[in-house]
Amino acid sequence: MNLVDHLPALQVALPLLTAPLVILLRNGFLAWMAALAASLASFGLAILLTQGVLGDGVPEYAIGGWQPPFGISLNVDGLGALMLLLVTGASSLGLAGGRLSLRRDIDNRRAPMFYGAWLIALAGLCGIAVSGDAFNVFVFMEISSLATYILIAAGRDRRALSAVFKYLIIGTIGATFYLIGVGFIYMMTGTLNFADMALRLGEVIETRPIIIAAGFITIGLALKAAIFPLHIWLPRAYTYAPNAVTVFIAACSTKVSIYVLLRFNYGVFHGNLLGHSDLFSVFIVPLALSGILLASAIAIYQGNIKKLLAFSSVAQIGYIALAAGLATQAGLMAAQLHMFNHALAKGTLFLCVTAFVLTSRSANMDKLAGIGRRMPWTMGAFVIAGLSLIGVPGTAGFISKWYLVVAVMEVPGWGIPLVVAIVASSLLAVVYLWKFVEKAYYGTPPDGDVSAMEVPLPLRALIWFAALANIYFGLAPQLPIALAESGTGTLLGGLL
Amino acid sequence: MTTLLIGIFLLSLLVITAIAIVRSEDLFSAVMLSGIFSLLMALNFFLLDAADVALTEAAVGAGVATVLLLAGLKLTPPTEAKGRSVGKLSVVVIAATTLLMIYASFGQPTLGDPMAPTQQHVAPWYIEKTPELIGIPNIVTAVLSSFRGYDTLGEVFVVLTAGIGVMFLLGGGRGKPFSRLDSDVEEGLSGHLIPKVMARLLIPFILLFALFIQFHGEYSPGGGFQAGAIFVAGIILYSLVRGEGLALSVIPPRVLLWMSAGGALLFGSVGVIGMLMGGQFLEYSVLADNPVTGQHIGIIVIELGVGLTVTGVLLSIFHAFAARD
Repeated sequence: MNLVDHLPALQVALPLLTAPLVILLRNGFLAWMAALAASLASFGLAILLTQGVLGDGVPEYAIGGWQPPFGISLNVDGLGALMLLLVTGASSLGLAGGRLSLRRDIDNRRAPMFYGAWLIALAGLCGIAVSGDAFNVFVFMEISSLATYILIAAGRDRRALSAVFKYLIIGTIGATFYLIGVGFIYMMTGTLNFADMALRLGEVIETRPIIIAAGFITIGLALKAAIFPLHIWLPRAYTYAPNAVTVFIAACSTKVSIYVLLRFNYGVFHGNLLGHSDLFSVFIVPLALSGILLASAIAIYQGNIKKLLAFSSVAQIGYIALAAGLATQAGLMAAQLHMFNHALAKGTLFLCVTAFVLTSRSANMDKLAGIGRRMPWTMGAFVIAGLSLIGVPGTAGFISKWYLVVAVMEVPGWGIPLVVAIVASSLLAVVYLWKFVEKAYYGTPPDGDVSAMEVPLPLRALIWFAALANIYFGLAPQLPIALAESGTGTLLGGLL
Repeated sequence: MTTLLIGIFLLSLLVITAIAIVRSEDLFSAVMLSGIFSLLMALNFFLLDAADVALTEAAVGAGVATVLLLAGLKLTPPTEAKGRSVGKLSVVVIAATTLLMIYASFGQPTLGDPMAPTQQHVAPWYIEKTPELIGIPNIVTAVLSSFRGYDTLGEVFVVLTAGIGVMFLLGGGRGKPFSRLDSDVEEGLSGHLIPKVMARLLIPFILLFALFIQFHGEYSPGGGFQAGAIFVAGIILYSLVRGEGLALSVIPPRVLLWMSAGGALLFGSVGVIGMLMGGQFLEYSVLADNPVTGQHIGIIVIELGVGLTVTGVLLSIFHAFAARD
């Protein structure tokens, strides 16, 4: 057995086992270095796995040598590889770009604990993405959630604590609902393995516990994915978290919950429960639509750039949920592509915000007035990522919006209204982003000082690297499309 | 029939206790009642023949969690804040959840039905294969530490993360807060004769029992989680009677941190060694020439890792709370 076969296990074990070593360090800088190294290595593993998926496929990995359903298996398909790229990429971006900002937020003595928690959060999210076992997903969900609460609570603002407490309570309810659902399914099928569950569910179809389980799992995961109106924990958590943490979690953590939702609903329920697809659509599509429109509208009235982007995230999760809720091939393609492209855009935007706050020490848009003239490089990158968020041709965001429009046009009778809603919310995105861009370029700084104050070159280079990625994947979207096609194949495998 | 009656009696007590916890405005009695709740829960588990779960619930839920909550109580006012009534939304959510679960329960297999799906699929395989593949009598331990050892590794990291969180937020683990503790000052219950004598009698047996649970987990109910929790209960009793400072001089915070991280690492490294020796991650069979011996070695080492982390983390959390005035 060579190293390549172990990739799925290493993807989780590497960050997970580096974490205890990091917390034993006494120096904040060393801890950061170790965390960054582990995160970059995880990114490397994710790239190798992606190559494997696009090549011959990644074989199932039986942990402990015990074959499923008796043991726990790891399965990586296109969608899983996409999630791994997002999670490890976002973590690396947040750590690499957040050094200066984190050094200010977290004192040296407590830094090893913080970076240990960061790596555990990374390992937890990777663990969910590779797992082929419903209970194992719950375990890693617990790991990633607990670690994420710590990361958010590290914010300098005292309000971070109340925000994280709310997130903790709601996140725990979500996880408990998921666990109740998995428990009912285990009770009726005797198995926890996803593939085995899909096979055995047919025998107990339409029994009460299974129907209730489907409901609990869907609502629990919708809570964790912050699907409107279950998003109430998200804006404050994103706003008061340390900026580098927001880069990490805003880019990937809610998407991992959507990923589990997709795996459960398509991989397990759709093939077995009669009418589940319709019920799922009826439940999710109206919520997604209201999220897209209302959250975009609320974003316009925010005075804090982080909160504005957080409400924008709620709207963007709405797009993903809308696409996923259509229960069609085109819809699933659009959902996966939008997960990828939104992560790119939002990661870049929050990284730019990290740079703004680093120099001007505030995320309040009035205090950031004139920042575009003072930090032209960073602001330029912000505009590019903003264009991608809106979905302007030539950026990554356009690709997924295009797929989304194609997908909703297929819906009989509802095509045009849905397209109108998507265009309307894109226009709202123009409005809320323009509000900041206008202030940044044409506003007068509060103290009247317009001298240049850019962040150091390495950070600027990283920000531009992220911004150019938004353009690159807009012009050459083959990679995410290939992964999404592979992912759609596995998800709909249960339906065909 | 007797079991059924005892079951109904215990479950009714459970409901009464739960209502009493919600209604209680005095936080001290709420904490005590939640300890009783856990004990009743443990009895219920025991009645369902889940001895391992019962032991964990008794040690962690009724023992350690109660002490941690009491330690946390030192930092808060003694009663619930006035004027914050229970939100209507939470009542609706709880009522809906309860009704849905009751609705679902009408479709579930009868308790103890041998034809239930859970008894028909993986469980018989575990029962049949454990003696042959793992070679230990306690099948629960076999499932937890080998067949689903990856989940247990995850749970150990959940415990470690909880410890990291408390140490990060309360600034424990090392540094100032602990230096304030002076072992010369009369602390805790050291002025009281009866607790002192009782504790002196009990502590050696509690610690010994913890070690028994730790190393006898393959044969009887127990394992690293329960052993760690019981061990911690013994140390906490000691620090209640003899004072924080003395307890800390026995196990300093830095050592606790090493125990917490080291236990998790020990568990993980067994997995990595399995890979290096040509098996899968967490495959213990390759650790020795004879696969069953390999399983034995693997299980003993990972249970030790679990015990170390649970002890280290729970004591760190206790100290972090207790060190704040």
